[in-house]
Amino acid sequence: MITKDEVCKVHAMTEEEKYALLKNVINDYDRKESNLIQILHMAQAIFGYLPVEVQHYIADQMELSVSKVNSVLTFYSFFSTQPKGKYTVSICLGTACYVRGGREVLNKLKDVLGIDVGVTTDDKMFSLSVMRCIGACGLAPAMTVNSKVYKQVNPNKIHRILGMLK
Amino acid sequence: MAKKIKISINGVSVEIDQDTTILDAARQTGVIIPTLCYHKDLCVAGNCRVCIVEIMGQKRLTAACATPCEEGMDILTNSLKVRNSRKHIIELLLSEHNADCTRCYKNGNCELQKLASEYKIMTQDFIRLVPFKNYTIDQFSPSIIKDDSKCIRCQRCVRTCAELQGVNALTVAHKGDQMKITTFFEKAMNDVVCTNCGQCINHCPTGALVEKNYIEEVWDAIADKTKHVIVQTAPAVRVGLGEELGFGPGVRVTGKMVAALKRLGFDAVMDTDFTADLTIMEEGTELLTRLKRKMVDHDPDVKFPMATSCSPGWIKYIEHMYPDYLDHLSTCKSPQQMFGALAKTYYAKARNLDPETIVSVSIMPCTAKKFEANRPEMHDSGYRDVDYVLTTRELAIMIKQAGIDFMRLDDVHYDRLMGESTGAGVIFGATGGVMEAALRTAYELVTGRDVPFDNLNITPVRGMEGVKEATVKIENPLKEWAFLEGVELKCAVAHGLVNAHKVMESIRSGESNYQFIEFMACPGGCLGGGGQPIPTNPEIRRKRAEAIYAEDEGMPLRKSHQNPEIIKIYKDFLDHPLSEKSHHLLHTHYSPRDRF
Repeated sequence: MITKDEVCKVHAMTEEEKYALLKNVINDYDRKESNLIQILHMAQAIFGYLPVEVQHYIADQMELSVSKVNSVLTFYSFFSTQPKGKYTVSICLGTACYVRGGREVLNKLKDVLGIDVGVTTDDKMFSLSVMRCIGACGLAPAMTVNSKVYKQVNPNKIHRILGMLK
Repeated sequence: MAKKIKISINGVSVEIDQDTTILDAARQTGVIIPTLCYHKDLCVAGNCRVCIVEIMGQKRLTAACATPCEEGMDILTNSLKVRNSRKHIIELLLSEHNADCTRCYKNGNCELQKLASEYKIMTQDFIRLVPFKNYTIDQFSPSIIKDDSKCIRCQRCVRTCAELQGVNALTVAHKGDQMKITTFFEKAMNDVVCTNCGQCINHCPTGALVEKNYIEEVWDAIADKTKHVIVQTAPAVRVGLGEELGFGPGVRVTGKMVAALKRLGFDAVMDTDFTADLTIMEEGTELLTRLKRKMVDHDPDVKFPMATSCSPGWIKYIEHMYPDYLDHLSTCKSPQQMFGALAKTYYAKARNLDPETIVSVSIMPCTAKKFEANRPEMHDSGYRDVDYVLTTRELAIMIKQAGIDFMRLDDVHYDRLMGESTGAGVIFGATGGVMEAALRTAYELVTGRDVPFDNLNITPVRGMEGVKEATVKIENPLKEWAFLEGVELKCAVAHGLVNAHKVMESIRSGESNYQFIEFMACPGGCLGGGGQPIPTNPEIRRKRAEAIYAEDEGMPLRKSHQNPEIIKIYKDFLDHPLSEKSHHLLHTHYSPRDRF
């Protein structure tokens, strides 16, 4: 099974090495259709996103139709077919976060970054996305940057949080 | 025997087999429950909710198509609760549907329209969502138009593409209110693995998937006095057309169809069955030549099994999915394209016409034929071999537009030169027919005797089984075919591309050792084609097949090589099967395409 270490190293990998790693992942998951979501998950970890070529590769290796692969990955908002920025900023709009002001935070993020949901800034630094409940309702409104969670955010905190990243 | 259980439907007690769905149980007892996402050819989806019923004692309404009956169930199909909910469901479907019915190609044959009419949806209680959605209409394919604004997301097309055809060109993408039926990466149908078979059209309950029609172009050609417009009709059209014009399924309307075509104003009405017979001459000879090359010349390049090449859906499928097996295809063009190539050469010469002025139209049970006629490979006459392809449905529309009372037409015969056919040509319309026709002729060519089946009926290759097999042992061949003595010719027939896939996989793995295989893209063969009248279901396909075989039995000649016009064309024009001229006009090669 692919280790966390390997995922951390993908930035330094060539395309060829990435595909070789993906092939290992598919083999580790026995090329089973029922493991498609996990495989897509790992593929996104390796490539950062799921471009057409990667979808072709997975379909080919797993002997699935490419439309099937596409169908699964478009269903889940976690998967992206667009390249992601260095930082993926996600704001939770689950019920608790929404009523505690998640929507205002999102508007502020759009404003500051100058992009819409699902888009990446031109300098490839930030991508913006929306989540539906990450189970951190006690911290509402919650926001994540890559895997780090920020609690009780409000529009005034946005500049400081983003500023620390750059 | 299945175990019987007792249930009650609308207060009437009935006894039914265990595991029957509520929908089937109701139908068996004469109660109609409306459906949309349900289709007899496909697995149950239960996503449209139109078939909801009330089961006494249960709080929530249940989808009848997806719920098996249980002992003692008390089912109401028309309670106040059911009626109100069903009406709301239809209204909700309509709120997302571009209900511009009078301008819709499916006007008059739309299941949603029919439901709305039955339930008299006169008001609009829900917001119309159509103006807020950015729907696309894909018109790039020469065969199929996909209009998302008409789609009710029942997924019949997706299940058709996956379960019947194994092509998976259409799929579901995104979720919730964004969910839509689309192709990979929302490309045009023309840019993906779509085989243009049109089965999605036959299974679509609304006008979201329809054929690209060429009715006006054909009317224009007929009206143009400088054009000589000729038409050919495929074998399966004669057993389907009647369904669009007032007859029940399985009624043969050959003579009436010819009469109607003449009244529409075509200058000559001829028969694709003629070139079906010609295909047998060419393909049968090709098979025997391949056998000779393999067994006598030990040519390592000769490929077995040889696969038929009549079905353009199958051709595009093999180009995409098994490009390394393209050499296995017979080099014969399909009967439609043979006819087209001859129309602008042989026919033009015989009738002393400038091929430039000939417009060649074909009536096909098929939407893939539209794509085929459009192929760059199909210009061997020096012109586009077939100019316009109309489906059975489009012909019915023209007949209605022309005000022809089809029922009252007297039978008329096809025009001469390319209008004569045999029973062998007719059965091309049914799965197994090409195989049967080929065996009738090839066996006689080799042995000088009739194929050893009762009354020429090669029953093992008939019927609706997905993959059929037959073995014909050659005994006492004529002198020139002596090397075939004792050879067992192993044949297979597959219809529906999901079955083609099975056979191809068995060839690739080496577990099968067929010499000759017939592949048809559509379930049931051409008679179940994507251009045939809607609905098409197992029962209707069976009736059309019976009609095809009845037509065959009724023909005075039932073997392709006996067709007098076939004998004449070889004498006057082509010399002999696989001659240089026939190679030029009647044969072709196909090229690999991407799997994605």
